[in-house]
Amino acid sequence: MKGRLMLILGAVLAGVFALAALVSLVWVPVPVEQLAVASKLKPIGTPGFALGTDHFGRDMLSMLMVGARTSIAVAILAVGIGMGFGVPLGLLAAARRGSLVDEVVMRGNDLVFAFPSLVIAILITAVFGPSATNAIIAIGIFNIPVFARVTRGGALSLWTLDYIRAAEVAGKGRARISLEHILPNIANLLIVQGTIQFSLGILAEAGLSYVGLGAQPPIPSWGRMLAEAQTMITMAPHMAILPGLAIVLTVLGLNLMGDGLRDLLDPRLRRAR
Amino acid sequence: MLRYTLSRLVSLVLSLLVASVAIFAVIEVIPGDPASYMLGMNVAPDTVAALREQLGLNGTVIERYVSWLGGMLRGDFGTSYTYRVPVAELVAARVQVSLPLTLYALVLSTVIAIPVGLIAAARQGKPTDLGVMATTQLGVAVPNFWFAMILVLIFAVKLRWFPSGGFPGWDKGIWVNIRALTLPAVALALPQASILARVMRSSVLETLSQDYIRTARAKGLNRAQAVLRHAFRNALIPVLTILGLQFSFLLAGAIIIENVFFLPGLGRLIFQGITQRDLIVVESVVMLLVGAVILVNFLVDLAYALVDPRLRSRA
Repeated sequence: MKGRLMLILGAVLAGVFALAALVSLVWVPVPVEQLAVASKLKPIGTPGFALGTDHFGRDMLSMLMVGARTSIAVAILAVGIGMGFGVPLGLLAAARRGSLVDEVVMRGNDLVFAFPSLVIAILITAVFGPSATNAIIAIGIFNIPVFARVTRGGALSLWTLDYIRAAEVAGKGRARISLEHILPNIANLLIVQGTIQFSLGILAEAGLSYVGLGAQPPIPSWGRMLAEAQTMITMAPHMAILPGLAIVLTVLGLNLMGDGLRDLLDPRLRRAR
Repeated sequence: MLRYTLSRLVSLVLSLLVASVAIFAVIEVIPGDPASYMLGMNVAPDTVAALREQLGLNGTVIERYVSWLGGMLRGDFGTSYTYRVPVAELVAARVQVSLPLTLYALVLSTVIAIPVGLIAAARQGKPTDLGVMATTQLGVAVPNFWFAMILVLIFAVKLRWFPSGGFPGWDKGIWVNIRALTLPAVALALPQASILARVMRSSVLETLSQDYIRTARAKGLNRAQAVLRHAFRNALIPVLTILGLQFSFLLAGAIIIENVFFLPGLGRLIFQGITQRDLIVVESVVMLLVGAVILVNFLVDLAYALVDPRLRSRA
């Protein structure tokens, strides 16, 4: 598939859910605090409840919209943590290649990649108590080495180029070169990686809240909707199918966007695919 | 090869040490005292004191770390506070579910992914290839626990081919247990198979662009022959790395999948430990899982050197 097509398709898919999350801030079809046991477990297409209701009679469409907000917010903040710490570390490691900082960043990287991140995220949320904030921190910590590695790799190849050498000879410090010349030129790489980590963050958040270690009730989240749906899977399959589809489509959209962006921003990769 | 093995061994020990410090530190920074954390509110002070004694909380941080680590090296993982049995005993029972499940999923993922990736590469740009790429793109986006629920809905509830959960135990015979582990293993394997198939495909394409393949083609081999005789083996090297990484994903994934299927494995043990605030169980099982992953990555590094002689001298 061509990069542009993937990017457009992905942006449309992810955009729908991002839009739903934004709209949910000001309007939802039925407020999610509204329990109506009389109209519980209604199937898809019930008048007034386009996507049916759950076991408390809450409107599924509204739940999915507010759930989108939770998933997207957690994933974005986790990417923010990863970039906020990882990018400066990566820049520093590249600017001082072979130094102690570089060594620590690289070894730390190897180690974190050998860790089953979900296990550690479970440990962190278990110890500090389950909440959306702790889920963000747990997912965010594992984003740090990813961004550090990408930044270092991109920056190292730039440091060998003539114009960077020229800037060095002209008397610019390494920190200034990193900020003024290196960072803008690796922005593409970071955007692509950010999209990928964003989609992984959505999956991780879903997993954590599915096992009860993410956002706590009454805040709706896709993962917990799935956990609640599990016991009613025979009576109300739509309760299990809809939140899962929301996760799949959002993640698929973000992955397509990432792949499309990479193709467009880095023509060298186009041939290899 | 000896120097390479030694250098990997050093990094194995270092990784294990750092991992143990990290896990110990997380438990250590629990707000308040671990003993009162485990017991909850409204407990007599002497009960807390007794648990503190049992947990060995009265020493310095270093003393406690050393005794925890030393205990684990001797196979003593402490005694579970809620089950009142040694954690090692609990783990030994639960591993009999988690390990077969992980290996089952690993085998499924490999058996599906390698031929699929190979075929997609051999038919690059053709409809087969596009179909594989689209399917794997979808496979990567599916959360495995949701896929598990859909499998239950179709194959357990509607078709009744497989049980929807539970584990009979190995004393009940092999087939009932394999049947019980099939849906969980498929759910675990699908996303990993998607990743592996993509890696396999791009790795084969990469090797196909090498000079020795051009030579082989020039000698008169057709594309399929060149793929099978020359590209396949060389393309397996990156696949091996990914397989090692997948072990850790599968193990972590198994933790969640075990909860979907009510399988009495290590994952359920961790969650029971968390809900019952049994820190001894949580700490030891997490360390064990992380240790297993680090060990597998070490073995993969060694296997790597066996497959690719260039690596042996590079270390």
